Amino acid sequence: MNVHEVGIAASILESVEAEARRRPGARFEVVGVRIGELSNVDKDALEFAFEALTRNTPLAGLRLEVEWCARRQKCLDCAAEFAVREFDLRCPSCGTDKTSCIGGTELDIAYLELEEPCVKL
Amino acid sequence: MREVVEKKVLSENDRLAAELRQRYREENILCVNIISSPGSGKTAMLEQTLASYPKTARVAVLTGDLQTDNDARRLARYGFPVRQIVTGGTCHLDARMVTRHLDEMGFKGPGILFVENVGNLVCPSSYDLGEVAKIVLLSVTEGEDKPLKYPGIFHRASLMVLTKTDLLPHVEFDPKLALENARKIHPEIEYIALSSRTREGFPEWLNWLRGLHEKVQAETAAAIS
Repeated sequence: MNVHEVGIAASILESVEAEARRRPGARFEVVGVRIGELSNVDKDALEFAFEALTRNTPLAGLRLEVEWCARRQKCLDCAAEFAVREFDLRCPSCGTDKTSCIGGTELDIAYLELEEPCVKL
Repeated sequence: MREVVEKKVLSENDRLAAELRQRYREENILCVNIISSPGSGKTAMLEQTLASYPKTARVAVLTGDLQTDNDARRLARYGFPVRQIVTGGTCHLDARMVTRHLDEMGFKGPGILFVENVGNLVCPSSYDLGEVAKIVLLSVTEGEDKPLKYPGIFHRASLMVLTKTDLLPHVEFDPKLALENARKIHPEIEYIALSSRTREGFPEWLNWLRGLHEKVQAETAAAIS
């Protein structure tokens, strides 16, 4: 297994643990992350590392949901936004090669799904 | 219940890297982060780079490896501050390691700090070390398609250095194709070809560093005034 994804999984879990400390009694079910294709993170290796690091811990059973993000460019001439295919950075609308990267480097924690304990009023 | 979090996975590293960046700016340190596969010639390039500076120059090196201080010993011969960061298995340097070793080394600006990352084209690209520029090395004994196989680092690097050009007559490597591939990923990436054995290309490399340092100093001065 790639050591890299273990470090990334550990960083994700640190954030979840910090949230867990703020919410005693809450049950964490899902953590959603966004991974860009330029982030150098392999989805399968990350899922494997995540499962290995949560096994037999208070976070066992926490599910990792990965949203995979393709590289996206924005045209500097006509402002069209497009997903890059086959390394072609040219604008599909007007054909210029003056485009800049606006997506694909994501390595973000997007959301958590959790059950809070019932509070009797 | 779904709760929006919206934070970077590596936010703690990013925070420490921002502190380093601020420190470099205040102390007038030019920090570059040198990244390549194992064996592409990072240490050899740094040896020849250090050999190019007068003894009075203010330059320092932090060099990362999974094990051994071999690289630090090679680099220390040139008389400048050098410190080995042994990661003990971690496949990249992170901002915390750099901060600790920079403190222990006691290097103060103005000057140039070379950070030689762990030999790896994947992991180091995710970890910001507060550097002004990432520099990616590709040697002529590798494949021209490496930029396409490892787009993350070629996308983030400001400069691609083709190393071991003295071997070009002996290998089937097309520098033009390698550069074309790098620019498919990152059209603005700059390019220098050099040999650490013959020193071909070193004037361009040292010039590039000087130009970058001047640019950063001018930007800092403009930001202050």
